[in-house]
Amino acid sequence: MGNVLVWAVWVVAAFGCLGSGIAVISFSNPFFSALALIGNLASLAVLYLLLAAEFVTAAQVLVYAGAVMVMFLFVIAYVGGRADPPFERGPSWQAIAAVVAAGAILVDIVIAIGLTTGGRLEDEAAVEEPFGGPAEVGRVFLTDHLLAFEITSIVLLVAAVGGVILGSERTRKAE
Amino acid sequence: MKGPDVSWYVTLSAFLFAVGALGVLLRRNPLIVLLSLEIMLNSANLALIGFARQLGDTSGQVFALAVMAVAASEVVVGLGLIVALNRGRIALDVDRLNTLRG
Repeated sequence: MGNVLVWAVWVVAAFGCLGSGIAVISFSNPFFSALALIGNLASLAVLYLLLAAEFVTAAQVLVYAGAVMVMFLFVIAYVGGRADPPFERGPSWQAIAAVVAAGAILVDIVIAIGLTTGGRLEDEAAVEEPFGGPAEVGRVFLTDHLLAFEITSIVLLVAAVGGVILGSERTRKAE
Repeated sequence: MKGPDVSWYVTLSAFLFAVGALGVLLRRNPLIVLLSLEIMLNSANLALIGFARQLGDTSGQVFALAVMAVAASEVVVGLGLIVALNRGRIALDVDRLNTLRG
């Protein structure tokens, strides 16, 4: 009974995820695309919960669906969502090539994963209670991956400085 | 019957990555290209967390958190570029951004 429920939640989240992903790339108005991406991130958060990644789920909802998407929506409102229908000029050679390339990427990934993992993904490891919780993630972050943790802080600082420089009015007047 | 095993999640992440790649290749509005990039990064995150569950190793979740931080940085710089383009009255169309073409 519990497993049927897990399957039901998985199917709903997976189809929500794929459907909102396709909606992101097919809306002509970027504002609606950003709203569809929020749905995509929310259904991904449900899948993370099914994979026992509680802390990543919380970070996904807070950082992604919260902060990053609010920034996106503000910029879209600021620059004005110019309508850009994906297939306005009929199927051009660029559109056909894009679909073929994306299909090739999909086939490539599926074949690569199938060949490397080949039927070894059935039996997942038994995990204890702290797996994926804030305490366990924090312990691994500050012991095994301390350098990555510190470099992440530098990357965020550089990005913040770069964003301010790119967005500030004064740099353009100085030119 | 048990719940969906990790191969289902990995397959879903492959499809999601293809959707994001299609968006990057197909759309000409740089805002939607950035949104499609987010889809691709998130599909990679889903695969990382799936394999972390498969191996019972928290390191995969730590990688996913690092990817999230890098994605936030990428959004900040990308949106800064778009605001700068808009301020310079340059059309928001990646096919027409060809000033640097040799």
